[in-house]
Parts: sequence; C-alpha cells; structure tokens
Amino acid sequence: MVDTQPTVTQATLVKKAAPKSDYKPADVSPQRRVQRSYTIRLWSIRHSRLLEWFYSRFADAFLLLHPLWKGIGYGRVEAPIKFVEKRVKGLMFDCRMCGQCVLSSTGMSCPMNCPKQLRNGPCGGVRANGNCEVEPDMPCVWVKAWEGSRNMVNGDAILNVQKPVDQSLRETSAWLRVTAQAAATRETASKEVA
Amino acid sequence: MTPPRPRQTDEHPDGIDLPLDPLPGHSSRGRLERVLRRGEFAVTTELNPPDSADPEDVYNRAKIFDGWVDGINAVDASGANCHMSSVGICALLTRMGYAPIMQIACRDKNRIAIQGDVLGAAAMGVANILCLTGDGVQAGDQPGAKPVFDLDSTSLLETVRIMRDNGKFLSGRKLTTPPQLFLGAAVNPFAPPYDFRPVHLGKKIAAGAQFVQSQYCFDVPMFRTFMNRVRDLGYDEKCYILVGVGPLASAKTAKWIRANVPGIHIPDTVIKRLEGAQDQKKEGKQLCIDIINEVKEIPGVSGVHVMAYRQEEYVAEIVDESGVLKGRRPWKREARADDQRVAERLEHILHDDVTESQVDMVKTAH
Repeated sequence: MVDTQPTVTQATLVKKAAPKSDYKPADVSPQRRVQRSYTIRLWSIRHSRLLEWFYSRFADAFLLLHPLWKGIGYGRVEAPIKFVEKRVKGLMFDCRMCGQCVLSSTGMSCPMNCPKQLRNGPCGGVRANGNCEVEPDMPCVWVKAWEGSRNMVNGDAILNVQKPVDQSLRETSAWLRVTAQAAATRETASKEVA
Repeated sequence: MTPPRPRQTDEHPDGIDLPLDPLPGHSSRGRLERVLRRGEFAVTTELNPPDSADPEDVYNRAKIFDGWVDGINAVDASGANCHMSSVGICALLTRMGYAPIMQIACRDKNRIAIQGDVLGAAAMGVANILCLTGDGVQAGDQPGAKPVFDLDSTSLLETVRIMRDNGKFLSGRKLTTPPQLFLGAAVNPFAPPYDFRPVHLGKKIAAGAQFVQSQYCFDVPMFRTFMNRVRDLGYDEKCYILVGVGPLASAKTAKWIRANVPGIHIPDTVIKRLEGAQDQKKEGKQLCIDIINEVKEIPGVSGVHVMAYRQEEYVAEIVDESGVLKGRRPWKREARADDQRVAERLEHILHDDVTESQVDMVKTAH
C-alpha cells in the first residue's frame, strides 16, 4: 500500500536530517513515554460498567465521610488522599492527575492520554484500524471511550460538552473536589427545602 | 471618469470591504451566512497559504477563485507546517472585500491568544470562523514544537459562542462590543468510531457550530450512511453541512495520501478508476465532479467545500462543470472607479514620456 512519494515534503527532509544515533526513542509523543503499556487501561474500559457501579458506591462512601474530611480539614487530608488516588487511578486508567476527572463521561477511558488531550471526542485523524494518528501503535482513546460508554448505564454522559481543562487544578485530588461539591449542593438543597 | 458599476448581491453600497447590514436571524454580517440562509447551494474553497511576506502572493492566489466561491478558507498552519498565519491572510482578504473563513487550530495557541485573535479578526471584518483541533506537531516540518492543545475544537466553539452571544470572555469579563460571527466546525465521517461521528456532530452543534465542512469525501455510500443518521437525529436542520471534495492528481498521489495522511479514506475503486485512465489528472477532476453531482442530491447537504491543494486553478472548472451554482454568480472582485483612476495615472507616469524635475513642478504649481 505504501507508495513512493512523488514530491518530498519539508517534513520528510527534517525527519531524515535528524541526528542519528544508536539510541532511538520508542514512542512518538512524550505523553506515551510516561506510560508504556496500556493493557490495564484497556481492561478498565472493557469493564466500564462494573467500575461505574463501583465508583458510585465509592463516591457515596466518600460523601458519607464528608464530616470526617471537614473535621480533619480538606487541606490536611489532601496529601494522603492524593497519594492513593494518583497510584490507584494511575494503575487503572493511566491517570494524568488533571484534577477534574471526567472518566464517567468518557467510558472510563482517560481523555488526557490522547496526545492532543481532547476531552470532547475524537479528532479527524483516527486511523482506519482505530489507532491514534500521533501514536500509530496505540488504540485511539476516543474509539475506546465510545466502546466503554456503550457498556455503561449512564453512558450517554459522553454527549455532554466538556469545559476546557483548568490547568491550575493539575495534581490535585478530584475525589475530594467532587465530594466537597456534592456536599455543598446537598446543603443548599436541604436549606431550600427548609 | 467611469460610471459607478451596478452593485452585486451581498455587497455594501459604500465599499466592498464593509460588513453587510445585519439581517434578522443572522449572527454574522458576512456573505456566506446570507447565501446559506437563502437556501442557495454554497461553494467554499481553500487558499494555499504562501511562504512569503508579499501580500500580492495572497491576492494572486485568491484571484483564481473570483466569481466561483462564496467563501475562502484561510488555513491555520495545516498539517502543522509553517505558513503565513490565518489572521494575516484574513486581514489581507477582508481589505479587498473577500469573504474569508478563518480557521483556528488549537495546536498553536492557548485560550488567551485565541480569544484575542477572535476579537481582532472580527474587527477586521472576518465574519466566519472555523474551529479545528489541528494536526499533531509530529505531522509537520517542525516536529520539535510544543503542542499546545489548551482547548479542543468543541470547547473552542463554545468559547467563541460565549463571546458572541453572552458578550463575555471565558473568564466572565465583559466585552464592550461582542464579535458577530458565523461559526463553523469540521466533521470527518470517514474515520472510526463511525457510529459516534453523527453524535459527535450533535455535540459540536450544541457547542455552537452553525455550519460544518467535512473531510475529503471519496466514498459516497459511506457519506450517505452518515447523512441518514444525521437526518434521523435532525441535525441537518440545525446546521449547514458542506461536503469536502477535491481532485486527485494521480493514482500515485491517491495511494500516497491514503498511506500517509491519517483521516482521509480513499476506497480501492477510486484508485482503480484513476489507474485505468489515460490522463489521470483529467480523470481526477472528472471524479471530483461526479462526486459533487452525487452528494449534492443527498438531502441535508447545503454546499461543497472544494479543496484542490496545488491544483487551485481547477476549482473554477470543477464548480462550473458540476453546475452546482445553477447560474448564480457569487461575489466577484471588480475594479472600482478609483482603481481605474490609479491605473490611468500609472499608465501616464510609466508610458507617456514625462520627465518632470522638482524645479519644473514648482514652476507649474500655483
């Protein structure tokens, strides 16, 4: 299928002129170099329904513990919770700690693993085999996201338009943020009733 | 002195570079939105951006489309290759009365730069903005550049829509005069996940897309399936869909594009047809015309976007021979009365033998 190109583009010349040495990095984008294998990530997407069920229980438990978090102080619990969150989500989803987790809206496929960090859907460059345009060996994050979302009960959350990432929240705990926000909405709701 | 020429449709009486009068239901003051809202079949094309600082290069490249297209896309470093910026091209084109569609790619600019550019572009008279994600930097001639991707195409659409409709920056700070724009997006029905693509279009419409231009369409049955789904969801009534088409120079180019440009789907039948032809270039053009004639009949299609990279001279022929304009003449740049006067004066200076020294000029001056 690959044919010789009639005219050589500048991009090809640049690639050819790049200094050659014995050491050649395996991946194209720096994003991939952080996480080299994605077997567990793909397992998580295949089991998105189970994880969705588990997460809703988990979020409820966290919300129940809200008085505890508030008692100790959210600022004090942040460090240990973040430590656990980063490792658990890092293992399961190759989490990048953007601090605004949208996994439940993206079929349990972390959109920050996309080399373009797209949070609203695939780009137009997805290869015919469903792999990434930038990383030819990696399955497109959004192809997987669509598959994962079809297994989920609230999979249609993938249709929500996501706001741009707030870069100032990177490396913070999304679990604690969601819990504090849920607690706040619960309080305002109970006030309105009363 | 030449008499004033008759005014063309969609032209400001006081000057071709001025924004048109606002119309009810129109969000922009440009020509493209008027054409589409009137229900006419629109034709847009793409200007190959020059690698030069000469404005004439832009004007010469725009001139070949004169009278055949309703909008010209000013591409923003397509394929991650460096060219004259889309803002610069739009500044030049709006001066001459053209209707550019400014592309914004999220690869090179963060939200601060993009919102500033949107205001600047609108102030220059740009009425159409096309929001794109952009190719990855690895595709271009500067693979060592830092990829920005601060926004994505959908959140970019929403950002510009908020600026236009709410008169606010993303931060909530107020604009004294919001931009009046017609917002566009891109769709690619020819790349996986195929069943997500129509829904993804809906997402872009929700974010603010009023028109969409598609990736190159070489597989009409595949596009028809996409459009069936789009019509079922009712999206064809919420936005204008322009199909991307273009001539292939030869079977060899087609194979190269298929192997090296992700996101462009070229079926084997197309390559076979090109290979079997005597004159492959002519066949490529004919193929493009045939595809236009097929897609224009699909309900929900409002126009075509002709991308003839390095074959721009064929755009006029393709549009003419496919007959999509049905006799309509899009706006065409014509010489104005003052242009005529300048030309006469130049003629006098260059060709009539006038050697007038400063001393003579002072003597004859009153």
